[in-house]
Amino acid sequence: MSALLSVEGLGITFGGLRAVHDVGFKVQPGEILSVIGPNGAGKTTLFNMISGIYRPGTGRIVLDGEDVTAMRPDLLARRGMSRTFQNLQIFQNMTVLENAIAGYHLTESGSLLADLFSLPASRGRARAAKDGAMELLARVGLERAAETEAGNLSYGKLKRLEIARALALKPKLLLLDEPAAGCNAVETEEIDRMIAEVARSGVAILLVEHDMKMVMRISNHIVVLDHGEKIAEGDPATVSRNPDVIAAYLGTETEALHA
Amino acid sequence: MSELLQFLFSGLTVGAVYALVALGFTIIYNASDVVNFAQGEFVMLGGMLTVSAYAAGLPLPLAALIAIVVTAGIGVALNKLAIEPARGAPVVSLIIITIGASIFLRGAAQVLFGKQIHRFPSFSGDTPLRIGGATILPQSLWVMAGGIAVFIALYLFFTRTLTGKAVLATSNNRLAAQLVGINTNWVMTLSFALSAAIGALAGVLITPITNTSYDVGIALALKGFAAAMLGGMGNPKGALVGGILLGIIEALTAGYLSSQYKDAAAFVIILLVLFFLPQGLFGARHTERV
Repeated sequence: MSALLSVEGLGITFGGLRAVHDVGFKVQPGEILSVIGPNGAGKTTLFNMISGIYRPGTGRIVLDGEDVTAMRPDLLARRGMSRTFQNLQIFQNMTVLENAIAGYHLTESGSLLADLFSLPASRGRARAAKDGAMELLARVGLERAAETEAGNLSYGKLKRLEIARALALKPKLLLLDEPAAGCNAVETEEIDRMIAEVARSGVAILLVEHDMKMVMRISNHIVVLDHGEKIAEGDPATVSRNPDVIAAYLGTETEALHA
Repeated sequence: MSELLQFLFSGLTVGAVYALVALGFTIIYNASDVVNFAQGEFVMLGGMLTVSAYAAGLPLPLAALIAIVVTAGIGVALNKLAIEPARGAPVVSLIIITIGASIFLRGAAQVLFGKQIHRFPSFSGDTPLRIGGATILPQSLWVMAGGIAVFIALYLFFTRTLTGKAVLATSNNRLAAQLVGINTNWVMTLSFALSAAIGALAGVLITPITNTSYDVGIALALKGFAAAMLGGMGNPKGALVGGILLGIIEALTAGYLSSQYKDAAAFVIILLVLFFLPQGLFGARHTERV
């Protein structure tokens, strides 16, 4: 079976700093792959290359058989890749519902004139997008906040809103950058459950996360970065036993892993 | 009474032009948070290019259409050549770039069209209509109709259409807009084209009344800016109301005080708005912009 996403020899330097060097891996549909590593290991940089924010210096990114290296984010979105950000990218002045609907506009393809004159076809599409968005909000537990201005939401809720918007694009591949950061234990578990559910529906998930318990619980496969290089990969059990990984990163957290 | 009515007519006419300039500001501001100070030059180009095309023997409506399309093209070029290469620069730098563009366009117009004052005939003759003891030029009605038509079209564009919402989304958060599949470069190009076209339309409508020359843009840009600030930057309704209010205030100042203070009205308004009502009359609630 060919992989949904295949990353080969990806690298980038900033000035003289080799932020990421020769990193490669594959993600299958429905799989949850986590990228872990100490702070500054290059995880977010790797994400930014895959999602078209940075142009990679070396290597290739293939999505569903198509070379998408250095493609613009809006074009990647149209090809089924969607992502969330560690520091959130939300439309602050729009309501929660409007944020979620924004994710739907790719699948809405109304004509300008039909929209202008509010023809039945256009109204039907708008209703469908609204219904779909409400359903997604219910899925992430935000249906009661639908009419709230997004800027007024708590951090944990914004995280879930960003995931809902990413899902509205009906992605084949979802990149989540620290979805549980800043969330309490209960919220983390909810996000956990959500991610697993999305993966079960066949979406491939690429995850950067610091919460090791969560990573170990939900990942099918783990890639470990240190100083921008891949030092290990495998299933959670293998990775957590790898001495290099323990030395580089898990050292103080081995207890947590075996808890 | 008929005197007041007369002032109101002339205020509404000038106000409609300010509203059109302010609407042009609104679009680019909505897409990028940039206040485009070359907006006045778009108005000048609309009038000047119509003059040239009309002088070359084309019928007036066709000449006007060509002027609007060419100005839209110049707007796109401004975005592609000056704004897009500086992407990522702070908004203030981009605004300064537009001031540079405005000086450049004015200079180019001076070389191409000369320094003299130009005009072309009114659309429906110059016989004033009498209403309640005051008179109004048929061309004034054209200007007002143009302002209202553009306002309605823009209002529907931003509230009803996906493209309009894409423009708003781009202004709100460019990266997030890209993430949901919006081509933000295209949104910028479209906004510059639309703004330039609306500016040019204002130039076409007003030239038969006020005449035009290479340097009419500065004053119009400043007045349009005052109107947009008064109404609330970024809101089409604000641009319309702000423009018309400013026009009427100017006309009343000129009529009851002295025409020497006419221009001062706009600047006093800018200052008052900045001091007491920074969001303008219909401004968006900017909670926090980090």
